[in-house]
Amino acid sequence: MSAQEREWPLFEVFIRARSGLEHKHVGSIHAVDARMAIEHARDVYTRRLEGVSIWVVPSSQIVASDPADADALFEPARDKVYRHPTFYDIPDEVKNL
Amino acid sequence: MSSAHFRYLLRLGDTSLIVGQRLGEWVGHGPALEEDLGLANLSLDLIGQARLLLTYAGELEGKGCDEDQLAYLRDGVDFCNVALAEQPNGDFACTVVRQLLIDAWQLELYEQLQHSSDRRLAAIAAKALKETQYHFRYSASWTVRLGDGTTESHGRVQSALDDLWRFTAELFTADDVDQEMAARGIGPQLDALRPKWLARIDAVLEEATLKRPADAPYPWHGKSGRHTEHLGYLLAEMQFLQRAYPGAQW
Repeated sequence: MSAQEREWPLFEVFIRARSGLEHKHVGSIHAVDARMAIEHARDVYTRRLEGVSIWVVPSSQIVASDPADADALFEPARDKVYRHPTFYDIPDEVKNL
Repeated sequence: MSSAHFRYLLRLGDTSLIVGQRLGEWVGHGPALEEDLGLANLSLDLIGQARLLLTYAGELEGKGCDEDQLAYLRDGVDFCNVALAEQPNGDFACTVVRQLLIDAWQLELYEQLQHSSDRRLAAIAAKALKETQYHFRYSASWTVRLGDGTTESHGRVQSALDDLWRFTAELFTADDVDQEMAARGIGPQLDALRPKWLARIDAVLEEATLKRPADAPYPWHGKSGRHTEHLGYLLAEMQFLQRAYPGAQW
């Protein structure tokens, strides 16, 4: 068994700060299974009332984009500023936008 | 105020304080960073309970003692935690088993104390109960993992259980103080808690493939101040600062 296999698997932790808000990635923890991962996430990331709900996801299950593809994936959006809805004049009467 | 009422609060407070101190000894030595924090969280919950209980006890006693004086300036014979609480951490299995036995007991105890005729104690118990539910979840899940784990972990947790079981009789043996508290509706009948405690423990032990040891008579009466030799060492460390520098503050 390699050192890496002896190590507990890594989980990514997502915390919902308040009802109605989305879960946000806050960090990662080691645990042997999902149940322990929830408990570790609670013990490590909610000590200061940070959340009302926890998601944990095995890090190995996350499919990530390849940094080498960054140009092909993201460059084409750079010159398309018109996709930002920043060209509208907002009438004064409209509140809370 | 009766001295029984004062002693009763001291027993509850001291038990939480001493287990909290024991768990605090793990800080920096936990088997993993996450467990280190987990044990520290348990410790802080327990010390928080002790603060509320000892503050209340000090006020009831009416001699001007606050939580710190009660925690740091009493000698071993004046402590009335159950002897199980002061048992050394040993290996991780030993700490987990001690925690399991105490958590399951505090669950039953706080459940009942929520309905105490002493409203302030009832409020403290209601707060502590939520904390204890998590503590039990923690200790029960580790007992199952270790018991139903490898031959090595199973052996260690079974041996911890065999070693610590003799201290559980005290948890349910009522003396004059307990009886007076039960008669006044302040505390529960201790012996009546045992069947539910045992059912809870048995369920965990079964899942953990562990064997419950036989009951045995016990010579320790931590509640009356007759402790095992371990308490003195614990207090020497816990009280060092206040003994060496009386009145020192943060």
